Amino acid sequence: MCLGIPGLLVEVDPPTEFATGLVEFAGVRRRVSLACVPEAVPGDYVLIHAGLALSRIDEEEAGRVFEMIRALDPGALDEVR
Amino acid sequence: MKFVDEYRDAEGARALAEGIRRAVTRPWTIMEVCGGQTHAIMKFGIDQMLPGEIRVIHGPGCPVCVTPQEYIDSAIDLACRRKVMLCSFGDMLRVPGSAGSLLQAPSRGADVRTVYSPLDAVEIAALNPAREVVFFAVGFETTAPVTALAVTQARARGLNNFSLLVAHVTVPGALRALLGMPGNTVQGILAAGHVCTVMGWHEYVSLADGFRVPIVVTGFEPVDLLEGILRTVRQLEAGRHVVENQYSRAVREFGNESARRLIDSVYRVADCSWRGLGIIPQGGLRLRPEWCDYDAEVRFGRCENGLEPESECRAGDVLRGLIRPDQCPAFGTRCHPENPLGAPMVSSEGACAAYWKYGRRSDLGSPAS
Ligand code: SF4
Repeated sequence: MCLGIPGLLVEVDPPTEFATGLVEFAGVRRRVSLACVPEAVPGDYVLIHAGLALSRIDEEEAGRVFEMIRALDPGALDEVR
Repeated sequence: MKFVDEYRDAEGARALAEGIRRAVTRPWTIMEVCGGQTHAIMKFGIDQMLPGEIRVIHGPGCPVCVTPQEYIDSAIDLACRRKVMLCSFGDMLRVPGSAGSLLQAPSRGADVRTVYSPLDAVEIAALNPAREVVFFAVGFETTAPVTALAVTQARARGLNNFSLLVAHVTVPGALRALLGMPGNTVQGILAAGHVCTVMGWHEYVSLADGFRVPIVVTGFEPVDLLEGILRTVRQLEAGRHVVENQYSRAVREFGNESARRLIDSVYRVADCSWRGLGIIPQGGLRLRPEWCDYDAEVRFGRCENGLEPESECRAGDVLRGLIRPDQCPAFGTRCHPENPLGAPMVSSEGACAAYWKYGRRSDLGSPAS
């Protein structure tokens, strides 16, 4: 629950009161809130906690975090689906 | 050292372990406070790579484990009410309350839904105007921003059938309580990297200073953990106690300011009870008065469930780092994942589950697969 799941921001939705975007992680695409990473643009990697992107990270870190979650708690990746 | 061989940077890990061996001259006790780190330490055998002087203990780093039983009972009670749909993170479902878990509650007429995000629970409320949707808001500072966002969205969308049962806890409050307890043995702390992506590390400065303990913000890969331990040991050996940031790849001094603003706009810091630790001053978050109409405890009444029943589970001692899970008399005999007696064995992030999964069962022979 404490580890953010890394995802690739593929699309930022048109602006509304609550910023959202489409993120690809663990092979699925999901709409997440971008309220806390307003500066994120498509192509960025973000760490997502329960549907809210909370930090931007680089691609290498995204890969490392993903591998560790897959090793430690693959169930966390299934919950995204 | 057989575990770390599976890891891609085994060489780097070995070099760091060697560095620790060279740096250490005396025994030191270091606590980590993150379920992910506990599991990484066990899986990769970090504990077994360290010199005998270094004792790593596991603090209250599993949010599911520290959620007090009374809140699980409240959640079940709410879920049983007519019209209520209780939404929760999946992790919470198996944790025992005083009469069963949320997973078993549907047999008593409860409507319980697992959601990935509290924002999904807001959608459920929008789609079911005749129902009362309650989200069970548990977790550390990593989940508080998104539950705060959920009520903010519910209010903005005029949804009157959404509320939160709030049991959020905060890491610095718990550390302050642990370090101040009589008999505390913790001399250095690894702070959880992903929690600090939200809150930053500035809050730890007064703790490091006040209790004279080094605090190193640490990631959760083997090389991160070993580097965090090395930095902590170097400070301890030199008599220093400052905050260092090992996980600067993702953590900044003030964390994510919009997330902190979200938390502040919805929650206030409050005295809260933690499972096994009792009431911790400033140990959690509760809704601000201006959000009381979204507070399930206000809307449906506070459920009084009385005291925690007698149990042989030593979760409190495990969460305080007083004993290792394998030192609990029930560990591996009367308590195992198929028959968990307490939250640290149930939760995928729990320390007892980690010791079981990675074969730290001294009396039970070699590790299972
Ligand atoms: S091993 Fe089981 S009974 Fe003992 S502290 Fe852990 S969860 Fe409780």
